Amino acid sequence: MSELTWAAADGYAVARRNLIKIKRVPELLIWILMSPIMFVLLFVYVFGGAIDIPGVSYREWLIAGIFAQTVVFGSTFTGAGLAEDMEKGIIDRFRSLPMSRSAVIVGRTASDIVYNVLSITIMSLTGLLVGWRIHTSVPEAAAGFLLLLAFSYAFSWIMAWVAMKIPSVEVINNASFMVIMPLTFISNAFVPLETFPAPLQVFAEWNPVSSVTQAARDLFGNAPTAESVAQLQASGVDVFTLSDAWSLTHPVAYTLLWIVGILVVFVPLSVRAYRHSATK
Amino acid sequence: MQDVIRATGLVKHYGDVTALDGLDLSVPGGQVLALLGPNGAGKTTAVRILTTLLEPDEGSVEVAGVDVLADPREVRRRIGLSGQYAAVDEHLSGFENLDLIGRLYRMGRHRARERARELLERFDLVEAADRPVKTYSGGMRRRLDLAGALVATPTVLFLDEPTTGLDPRSRSDMWEVIRELVNGGTTLLLTTQYMEEADLLADDIVVIDHGRAIARGTADRLKQQVGGERIELIAEVATDIPVVHELLSRHAVDEVRVDDHRRMLTAAVTGGTVDLRKVLSDVENRGIALSDAGLRRPTLDDVFLTLTGRSTADPTTDDTPTDQPEPRQKETVR
Repeated sequence: MSELTWAAADGYAVARRNLIKIKRVPELLIWILMSPIMFVLLFVYVFGGAIDIPGVSYREWLIAGIFAQTVVFGSTFTGAGLAEDMEKGIIDRFRSLPMSRSAVIVGRTASDIVYNVLSITIMSLTGLLVGWRIHTSVPEAAAGFLLLLAFSYAFSWIMAWVAMKIPSVEVINNASFMVIMPLTFISNAFVPLETFPAPLQVFAEWNPVSSVTQAARDLFGNAPTAESVAQLQASGVDVFTLSDAWSLTHPVAYTLLWIVGILVVFVPLSVRAYRHSATK
Repeated sequence: MQDVIRATGLVKHYGDVTALDGLDLSVPGGQVLALLGPNGAGKTTAVRILTTLLEPDEGSVEVAGVDVLADPREVRRRIGLSGQYAAVDEHLSGFENLDLIGRLYRMGRHRARERARELLERFDLVEAADRPVKTYSGGMRRRLDLAGALVATPTVLFLDEPTTGLDPRSRSDMWEVIRELVNGGTTLLLTTQYMEEADLLADDIVVIDHGRAIARGTADRLKQQVGGERIELIAEVATDIPVVHELLSRHAVDEVRVDDHRRMLTAAVTGGTVDLRKVLSDVENRGIALSDAGLRRPTLDDVFLTLTGRSTADPTTDDTPTDQPEPRQKETVR
């Protein structure tokens, strides 16, 4: 077998071990899955009445935003899991084995895809219960889900790098909250960014959380179109004009650029940081 | 015989602290070397360097004929390591832990499983094989950890304080297991804080302090150097101490040490029980009452007192941090 095949096999062995852990401590998973359900219900019923989206119900519009927020927050799980491993004796065992140096991180980011699939499934079911529907074809919807998963996978690698640099579960949990919270709120995930004050609006337009949300909305058929907004305005309804930033008019391409960019930078950085932390 | 472990001039600094200060080690094939020293002496640092987990600032290391710094991957294929706190996954069962290690040694799925079963059998863990490790006792965890080190049948084995934190029963079980391994011809380097452990398991002992070797030789030679057994007497009243001191010093190899607070007098002797009997009859003839008397084997503390003139509990020996920033007594027996 080639070295790359072995690296994949090592990563698989580690991923399998992480998944066994989820199976043994199901309480953890249950609590983590509860939060997206809570978010769906809170936003739909608390803010739902106050926010108008031209031509689309807020409930349907919101769900993709919750998806994006949840998968970004899910990367914290990757960071915390790795930090926990780094703090424990098991990491010395891994380091003393002739396994691939990337396996610990590759395995963790891979097992967290499974976790993200689970959480997106739970959220989709909750969404369907409160009235969310997909209005496009199966391939388009599948592309929407895949893009969300790819985005979360890329974010996991950022958190993997952070965990290598700061191997402490508490610090990771608190620090990532401080970064991810504004990142997901200054976006179009919950509220249309067209209503933001100008500087925030520019940030939100180019924020990849906005583009992945926009891409998912487009692919699920939950987004207002420029034509429908123009029609509404022509008939005298007072609605905001949609942002025409390139990132939002080409959200799939812009999101893919981010995904590739993050992976190109953070995969080698994380693996190097792991290797380095191993011999200090 | 060819040296299977050879380290020359190992130096390792952590900031201002010198963990290793020019340590040399050599272990011939099939032999057992014990690194004996107190907390913070540099034992764990040495093991971490030998097992590719740490790069030294200076020095060269060769394990199983491979240069550790040039080809760590090749070294990892040939060694097994069991650390001072069990490096096993709490949430996995014993079987899953060993199976995982086998896969990561790239033995293939079938062979990994087979090997896991063999080792569980050998280490008396068959009944607990499918239980999560967090339900294991301290001794069981250590046995599983040692089994993990043996998955790939390594030619060289490193055990870092294999019995620290274990209760006496688990400790003697562990010794038995290690002795069996050694009889099978494995080359072993182990670190310990217990003179008794080094004496029992090792062909050769290196006493280490402040990152350098301060004595080396067989257990017997070391004992000769530091004296054999100790007579320990406790006077019932403090005023008798000078007389007891005088009587005891007639048989002592070295000088008699007095702990005024505990009214305890200690001296190394060569004659063992014969000396003890003589001292006791001398004391009785003078009509002096003792509250306790006994013969004991030299401890690490005795070795240290003799070699360095200070005790391992002496605060001046504690200016080096422990080798690793983790709590020492991590493993509690559940």
